[in-house]
Amino acid sequence: MSATDKKSLADRLGLKVHSGVGNAGWGRTVFAAVISFIYFFPVFWIILTAFKTHNDALAIPPKFIFTPTLENFVAVFSRAYSAGAAAQDTGFALYFFNSVFIAGTSVLLALAIGTLAAFGFSRYPLRGNDTYLFIILTTRMLPAIVVIIPIFLMFRVAGLSGTYIGVILLYTAFNLPFTIWMMKSFFDELSPDVEDAARIDGSSDRRVFFKICLPQVKAGLAATAVFGLILTWNEFLFALLLTGVDTRTVPVAMAQTIGGDIGVRWGLLAAIETLFLIPVIVVTFMLQNHLLRGVTFGTIKR
Amino acid sequence: MSTIEATNLTKTFGSFTAVRNVDMSVGEGEVVCLLGPSGCGKTTTLRMIAGLESVTEGEVKIGGQVMNRLPPEKRDIAMVFQFYALYPSVSVGGNIEMPLFYLGLSAEERSREVARVAEILQLGEVLDRLPGQLSEGEKQRAAVARAIVRDPNCFLFDEPLSRLDVEQRHSMRGQIKEVLSGLSKATVIVTHDQMEALTMANRIAIMRDGMIEQIGTPHEVFSKPSNVFVAGFIGSPKMNLLDGRLSAVRDGMATIELGAGSMTFPVPEAASALGQSNLTIGIRPRALEPVDTPNERSLTGQVELIEPMGAETLVHVRDDDARDLRVVLPRERKVTPGEILHLACDLSQTHIFDDSGLAVR
Repeated sequence: MSATDKKSLADRLGLKVHSGVGNAGWGRTVFAAVISFIYFFPVFWIILTAFKTHNDALAIPPKFIFTPTLENFVAVFSRAYSAGAAAQDTGFALYFFNSVFIAGTSVLLALAIGTLAAFGFSRYPLRGNDTYLFIILTTRMLPAIVVIIPIFLMFRVAGLSGTYIGVILLYTAFNLPFTIWMMKSFFDELSPDVEDAARIDGSSDRRVFFKICLPQVKAGLAATAVFGLILTWNEFLFALLLTGVDTRTVPVAMAQTIGGDIGVRWGLLAAIETLFLIPVIVVTFMLQNHLLRGVTFGTIKR
Repeated sequence: MSTIEATNLTKTFGSFTAVRNVDMSVGEGEVVCLLGPSGCGKTTTLRMIAGLESVTEGEVKIGGQVMNRLPPEKRDIAMVFQFYALYPSVSVGGNIEMPLFYLGLSAEERSREVARVAEILQLGEVLDRLPGQLSEGEKQRAAVARAIVRDPNCFLFDEPLSRLDVEQRHSMRGQIKEVLSGLSKATVIVTHDQMEALTMANRIAIMRDGMIEQIGTPHEVFSKPSNVFVAGFIGSPKMNLLDGRLSAVRDGMATIELGAGSMTFPVPEAASALGQSNLTIGIRPRALEPVDTPNERSLTGQVELIEPMGAETLVHVRDDDARDLRVVLPRERKVTPGEILHLACDLSQTHIFDDSGLAVR
């Protein structure tokens, strides 16, 4: 991040940002670096392994210096399933598409429905508003493993098993409580005067929502989208049971890659994971400024 | 026709009555200030006129038309909010343009109108900035600009100057007054600052506990307060209110016992009808004048505290009944703490209130 970025972000947040090591002190800087390294190490190891040959990946002691190879990345998409056989398409291109499509669609759907619901809960409270909100939250209180069997049976009966619609609907429902709660807190923080002003200026309720309120909660939308995306992108259990051959997502496909005639292909797995990390990292970085604003919303006195 | 009429306006929130039977009318080109302490219902009254709050009982008419059920956007009003309520994600120019956009004007007409009001309110240089980047004074002017850019039927201001510092407040007061006088619209201004009300309004409605205590010109409410509350509320420093007892009225001369001392002075005929009863005498601090010898309409006390106010000096005098009398003396008149003062009151600025607090005239 450049110096100017740092400044404007800090200004917007009203935070005092320490510039350089001088203010924070060496002790704290080193401490923070060590903690970050510990947390980041597994990711770093995965990325490193993705560029190793099978032998390098299994070497003991572990190799930090080696000749990098792209063979694992090629093998993600096309490889021979037994020695000597011709290379075949692994279907991973489709699985990546599935992951992007399913996660993207369900997050957008949840955002659209959830934001409207949140605005309603915030601005037009019903009798027993808090009870409704609580009920919405309870849908996320049971562990997934408890609800998966009834859901699996319902999907079978309804013919939704293995379809895009089924899993997208499920993930949307999955993301909704979180989206509603989060967006409601953003709407609650807006000044009602601004909406009153818009009404007096001649704006209809619909326009107040789209033109006045939504632009003010952009940070909230971004933060909610990223959290929802991470949740959905990494989801494994429901995907395992409810997706079919054609609608399989990457986490499920990855799990099925483990095994094979030469043992676990760590390099191949690491390559899949590295590719799998990219979209989330890209989106998070793209929305980084909004995200920081979003997660700290309400905690900073404006 | 630009008029506002409120008849028997009442608002209840659950069991709490915020506004009770408010009657007021604002004529074309007239500025009426709703003045009162916080929580007296003045903002609720304004919001009912605007349509931002539903009316529990009574009627709101704007331009002769009943508006009770119309949403704010259909009432053809403009309002300036206490915290300005500028759209935070839109530039200043965009903010001012917004009402025109809803009117469906072309882009060309819109930018012409924005330029026109930006000139009136000296906002030309900040049109491209976001509201967050403006000073308080500029935000205030932008909010006023947004209100006047359209040609609404009437204007509503909610505590428009409360966030400005003293100097800006003075200049904005003048500016708003000037802008409004050029528009000849019915205008309601809510404020808790009596100076603001006295300087800007054609008429002032003084509210307390959801009711209008008195409505009249600035001169009327100051010189003829209709009850003790208005008398104490309007005027700075505060009017001296002395509790006493009317012992006798003879030939239009009343003798009023004030604890240790008593005063005798001519009273209006209505006072004779009161008979023996408790009452309150109100004397403005500027209506007390030091005299050399005590007389039947003077009060005596000891100077306790001296507050220079520039052109004048506010002197607190403790009388024999331990009452704190506020007296404003010209700067030239020197007093020292401990000095005994005989203060004669100017009868033209002395008010009598009966035991229920109503003025006796």
